[in-house]
Amino acid sequence: MALIEAKRLTKRFGDFTAVDGIDVEVSQGEAFGFLGPNGAGKSSTMRMIGCVSPLSEGTLRILDMDAASDGPAIRARLGVVPQEDTLDMELTVRDNMWIYGRYFGIPRSAVKERSERLLDFVQLTDRADSRVEALSGGMKRRLTIARSLISEPEILLLDEPTTGLDPQARHVVWERLFRLKQQGVTLVLTTHYMDEAEQLCDRLVVMDRGRIAAEGSPRALIEAHSTREVVELRFAVDEKVDLGPLQGLAERTEQLPDRVLLYVRDGDSAVAELSRRGIAPQSVLVRRSTLEDVFLHLTGRTLVD
Amino acid sequence: MTVGQHVLVARILPRLPGARGSVGAVVTRDLMAARRNWIVPLSGFFEPLLYLLSLGIGLGSLIGKIPGPGGHLVGYREFVAPALLASSAMNGGIFESANVFFKMKFGKIYDTMLATPIEPIHIALGEILYALMRGVTYSVGFLGVMLALGLIESPWALLALPAAVLIGFGFGACGTAAATYFRTWQDMEWMTLAVLPMFLFSTTFYPLSTYDGWLQGVVRVTPLYQGVALLRELILGPVGLSAVGHAAYFVAMGAVGLALTGRRIKHLLLT
Repeated sequence: MALIEAKRLTKRFGDFTAVDGIDVEVSQGEAFGFLGPNGAGKSSTMRMIGCVSPLSEGTLRILDMDAASDGPAIRARLGVVPQEDTLDMELTVRDNMWIYGRYFGIPRSAVKERSERLLDFVQLTDRADSRVEALSGGMKRRLTIARSLISEPEILLLDEPTTGLDPQARHVVWERLFRLKQQGVTLVLTTHYMDEAEQLCDRLVVMDRGRIAAEGSPRALIEAHSTREVVELRFAVDEKVDLGPLQGLAERTEQLPDRVLLYVRDGDSAVAELSRRGIAPQSVLVRRSTLEDVFLHLTGRTLVD
Repeated sequence: MTVGQHVLVARILPRLPGARGSVGAVVTRDLMAARRNWIVPLSGFFEPLLYLLSLGIGLGSLIGKIPGPGGHLVGYREFVAPALLASSAMNGGIFESANVFFKMKFGKIYDTMLATPIEPIHIALGEILYALMRGVTYSVGFLGVMLALGLIESPWALLALPAAVLIGFGFGACGTAAATYFRTWQDMEWMTLAVLPMFLFSTTFYPLSTYDGWLQGVVRVTPLYQGVALLRELILGPVGLSAVGHAAYFVAMGAVGLALTGRRIKHLLLT
């Protein structure tokens, strides 16, 4: 059974269509990702799933209930990690856990027991009596995650869970999220980090301008929208690159200001062919295709704000 | 009741049992935050007290007796005290609006609450209840002072406390509703602009008969006048049917403020 089932899900703000009739299904125990540049409609979609934003059109069923009419009952079973930390700055770490549990109407003794366990889970036990203001960005994020788990949610919604965190903090968050997934919690997350999507998501959709541009597992998306390997060629800065001799070498060739990308099935044989043709770039790098290649191919390289 | 009211009651009543916990949690959050910041709220209590000491007792010693609600003569400080009690009940609601503005705009407290089963009307109820509690706390303190100074004359004064609750509810609800319209801290000045003239001219310091005919009508409709008149009747006597009218005024004021606050929170945050 699908835990989340959206059909022709649409969100409009005046004349602007943020989400343009998307169909999404998320199954029990899955880690599902919305991937896309800024303004693609990821956060609007997440807010609708979180039942804090009414749909403009379409239907949305969550946990076999209707998002339009059963908001409070659905929210009681969701955990939400919003994009910006919305921790209560006037309270301590422990009090943040406590009051959030009370918002859900969870009995006092249960809130107390779960708070201690969850603070331990996100490694914040020794900061329990600190004011939230004094925490680092990574600690705030971990606290937000711990807080979202106080109601023992069946679905955890994470809007850009590691944006703005340093690499150490990101890895800690990933590792905790992975453990939650192992415990059977369904994860729905948005991200514009490809490595995050590859690390965490079983399945994802790439969103672009309110629509779904592609859907599948990270591996399937790479297979469908990119080649197995990519050869990156760098030439000297002043050298005028002539793409002519490169013709027929790759399935797709892309010229960027600082390098040329060759999308090929076998990188090593492409490099051998290069030298046979007498092309000598300053440097050559053979790497596997990543989700980033798919992403940039599907959503373009133009900067979005 | 009209059909609309029936529908409203049918929709709200079944949800009240669940609402109690949600509203309680909203109030609990405010009490927890107030634990660290209890000095600021004290000003709302001291302001009317200082007026009582300086104007009521200080200036009052130069003024003779003046007519009370029933036309009988009362001392000036006896006359002023009920009015200041009304304004202390008002202050809770008015001062709390700054907190509501902060929580909504900067603290993102309501965004957090709305991600849980809590609904906009629960937040409205909780915040108004907290503002009311603040006003009532001031009123209780002020009543204590009045009792100690021997400023209470009528046995009806027992009703002054529930009356102060009603006044606190009316002002708390409207203050909270107003806070949802603020965009910047500067907008708070509008509140001051409304409250200060009301405090000075709502027959706080002299009887209504001081005003000319049409001005009397203007003063009569202001909420603080209604509160002053209600408490003056209860504390100085005699109590008439008009007290019921004043009380109804605050019930209506509270109901409108509550409904408006709930609608505004929904409109602003559930987009």
